[in-house]
Amino acid sequence: MKLAYWMYAGPAHIGTLRVASSFKNVHAIMHAPLGDDYFNVMRSMLERERDFTPVTTSIVDRHVLARGSQEKVVENITRKDKEDHPDLILLTPTCTSSILQEDLQNFVDRAAMEANSDVLLADVNHYRVNELQAADRTLEQIVRFYIQKAKKQNSLVTNKTIRPSVNILGIFTLGFHNQHDCRELKILLNDLGIEVNEVIPEGGSVLNLKNLPKAWFNIVPYREIGLMTAVYLEKEHQMPYVDITAMGIIQTEAFIRQIAKVLNFLDKSKNYNFDHYIDQQTRFVSQAAWFARSIDCQNLTGKKAVVFGDATHAVAMTKILVREMGIRVACAGTYCQHDADWFREQVWGFCDEVLITDDHTQVGDMIARVEPSAIFGTQMERHVGKRLDIPCGVISAPVHIQNFPLGYRPFLGYEGTNQIADLVYNSFTLGMEDHLLEIFGGHDSKEVITKSLSTQSELNWTIDAIAELNKIPGFVRGKIKRNTEKFARQNSITDISVDVMYAAKESVGA
Amino acid sequence: MSIAQNDSLKFECETGNYHTFCPISCVSWLYQKIEDSFFLVIGTKTCGYFLQNALGVMIFAEPRYAMAELEEADISAQLNDYKELKRLCLQIKQDRNPSVIVWIGTCTTEIIKMDLEGMAPRLEVEIGIPIVVARANGLDYAFTQGEDTVLAAMANRCPSKECNQDNDNSSKSVVKNTGETKTLDIMQGNEVLPISSDISVKNALTKMPSVLPQGSNLVQDFEQQEHPSLVLFGSLPSTVVSVLTLELNKQGINVAGWLPSQRYSDLPILGEDVYVCGVNPYLSRTAMTLMRRKKCKLINAPFPIGPDGTRAWVEKICQVFGIIPKGLEEREIKIWQSLEDYLSLVRGKSVFFMGDNLLEISLARFLTRCGMVVYECGVPYLDKRYQAAELNLLEKTCLEMNVPMPRIVEKPDNYYQVQRIRELQPDLVITGMALSNPLEARGITTKWSVEFTFAQIHGFSNSRDILELVTRPLRRNQIQHFSAKSLVKSTGVTKTLSRDVSLMN
Repeated sequence: MKLAYWMYAGPAHIGTLRVASSFKNVHAIMHAPLGDDYFNVMRSMLERERDFTPVTTSIVDRHVLARGSQEKVVENITRKDKEDHPDLILLTPTCTSSILQEDLQNFVDRAAMEANSDVLLADVNHYRVNELQAADRTLEQIVRFYIQKAKKQNSLVTNKTIRPSVNILGIFTLGFHNQHDCRELKILLNDLGIEVNEVIPEGGSVLNLKNLPKAWFNIVPYREIGLMTAVYLEKEHQMPYVDITAMGIIQTEAFIRQIAKVLNFLDKSKNYNFDHYIDQQTRFVSQAAWFARSIDCQNLTGKKAVVFGDATHAVAMTKILVREMGIRVACAGTYCQHDADWFREQVWGFCDEVLITDDHTQVGDMIARVEPSAIFGTQMERHVGKRLDIPCGVISAPVHIQNFPLGYRPFLGYEGTNQIADLVYNSFTLGMEDHLLEIFGGHDSKEVITKSLSTQSELNWTIDAIAELNKIPGFVRGKIKRNTEKFARQNSITDISVDVMYAAKESVGA
Repeated sequence: MSIAQNDSLKFECETGNYHTFCPISCVSWLYQKIEDSFFLVIGTKTCGYFLQNALGVMIFAEPRYAMAELEEADISAQLNDYKELKRLCLQIKQDRNPSVIVWIGTCTTEIIKMDLEGMAPRLEVEIGIPIVVARANGLDYAFTQGEDTVLAAMANRCPSKECNQDNDNSSKSVVKNTGETKTLDIMQGNEVLPISSDISVKNALTKMPSVLPQGSNLVQDFEQQEHPSLVLFGSLPSTVVSVLTLELNKQGINVAGWLPSQRYSDLPILGEDVYVCGVNPYLSRTAMTLMRRKKCKLINAPFPIGPDGTRAWVEKICQVFGIIPKGLEEREIKIWQSLEDYLSLVRGKSVFFMGDNLLEISLARFLTRCGMVVYECGVPYLDKRYQAAELNLLEKTCLEMNVPMPRIVEKPDNYYQVQRIRELQPDLVITGMALSNPLEARGITTKWSVEFTFAQIHGFSNSRDILELVTRPLRRNQIQHFSAKSLVKSTGVTKTLSRDVSLMN
């Protein structure tokens, strides 16, 4: 058992449902108790979805516990088949059905005989994989199913398109800025003269999956979801894939160069060279290179930042901060523990320390210890930042509704670099303005009680001492407070007076 | 679809395929209500994910609840449940030092048959903190019924009057076990003094019920009549508690206690001559426990939601105690008059409850009285005995207002309901958040049902808040020109929409 009240990645079935509801005309049926369909609320609220989320539940109740689901699951599948005529019905196990160990595959086989739709059982184990791994797996499972089906029916399209073309794998519902990223990638590919063959799963149709091999190669924008599918397609259909995340100027350049390499390998008749395009975009379309050169960014040199998020975004952000803006990343971390080796390898040399954990209190304590000038993390880190008075830019899921902006906010491609530059700059200037205000006695109504997050301080500050503390400029106040408290603890002092403060100051020789 | 005029309510039951919150969501309001409690939800990542997302920003405020997240080794019994729970509870004791730990059993603990009720008393003795077990799981219950399971479990922990005498009685041993000897010391004879230290001495001297907010002397202004002890059950925000308490005080009725109280250590005294009355429609298990286990007498009244409900509730309690209520009628009329601006908005409009929080019957009754027509009243579960008075009042209200009786659908099927909504085109659909946006996009006006659970809706003065919620989408419709238009593609809306916008400019 684990004591927890917050998690970065959701349970496995959420990943499966995200895949299912991203495709057009695919219906997921959860084998779950009443109330587990919270996914529908999230999709309806966060994505502000206009359509009914194509997820229903075959409810597990007392009767099911007593005598098994029997006909219930099959009936629910065939009923949905008649009501909505989906192309595919995906039976989704949950933690509950994992323990019940009913033969869901048997139900699926029986229902498949009756239903016009295809019926699949999502192959995920609740206790072994999380949301992201499950989504990756389910996408691969669906692609594999339809490719094999097409092969059997001899309807698989294997002849390549005349012009170079790609599939984009891994654009999802409830993904962090995925819709905007997808649009930006399409723009970029269009500029390079590359057609987009299929985008899956978001907005894609399972009936079109047989066309996947038509494309020359695949693009996997995010590390977490889509890679398994790309590997499968490479193995089965010799389709190369590009898995460099086009986030930041340098990475976008690497992404485009990798595409050129793949194209030159596939098509020896032409010489694909995008150097001119990269140069033009970098210098004039994206403002990020110029921003990095401008006096604004000079002021950020050597400032301390902490980065935490999913592997893709945390790695890309770390590299951008260090290589493109000259910011010092004191700690880079991810909650994608299953991908820890890759993460370490990627941020090697770019940060002082690496933190791999899915325990948000560890992340909070790390931030409190490092005291960065800005945090780039998830919504959880944003709240840690609020408590500690450190500005935070949100760069990764898990997210709130404000991370589903209506306006165009990609993180990928050249427009993405502009967005990121704004995000970084706004985070830091807000912090600096705040400090200036405090130095000149501006707003000082709030008092930070303690900077440690997991344990409450048992120390009392006298009124005089608090007044003295408030005279100290904001940006060092936290440090002085902590040093004093450390001193008090070491000397078993419970009440901190002005005297104690100065004794502490002397003891550290400052 | 024409609605035939019935002379009595019609009950139906569908498939139970509907959206609702998991009952573990009750921790979100109960941990705030019971100030010295800690709620431990023993379940999986699924439960945790639900709580984290449903409770939104509350998560970041160091809440007094946590998940005991079961891992694969727990499921396959490679780890010892008892030792694991002991480890976590000791950690909670060290970090938060609560007066009670409430274990919320979930679907998983049910399926793997984890004996929470068996382990709790043993662990309670070992760690010295009372442990209350409530099985609020999605296999058996919906949304607000979670509170019902917690309160039913807590009812068993309420002290009995006899517990200072020598007869062997279960609650006595519990009190002893948990080291709460203070409670025993204080309850001498029939004299009951508040035991919480933060209640002022003055209040104690005036035999002020300990549940009233501190510093409130309201009670003294009214003449108290001799009547048996009355305990109210249902979790309400403390301001609403004082409002309802005051309402009864005005009739000379003294409220001896509330279940739950603001603090666990202040749980009310229960026994054979204690009368109990519910304030919420979803507390049937609690009512049952109070009657059968604690031998209390249940006052079956409509619930104090809306001025009509509040009046009927107070009247019923008065009637049981043989008190003639005074000033209630004028009070109700006055409240209705003050609501006129909102009533003019809702009169003649139709409403459809999809059903997810069990408040539906009471709200339907109130809205009928407001002049609305209720097409359908979906409800997850209907206890016809516990809600008998409320159902009678609904029937009576429909007859008096001369509107058709609503169709009451227990365990509704959301898919069929959406078909019916399409056909009936009600002016307002009260539904969960999973269906709100899709319905709005199709030109159907909706109100999130969850808000009724968290808003203050009890008593005379909060009637305005209910109508504030109900009319909000209607007022929005008056302001926005295109809100009644469909915003889904297939019907060729984009044109209509842009034309409407240009009209507004």
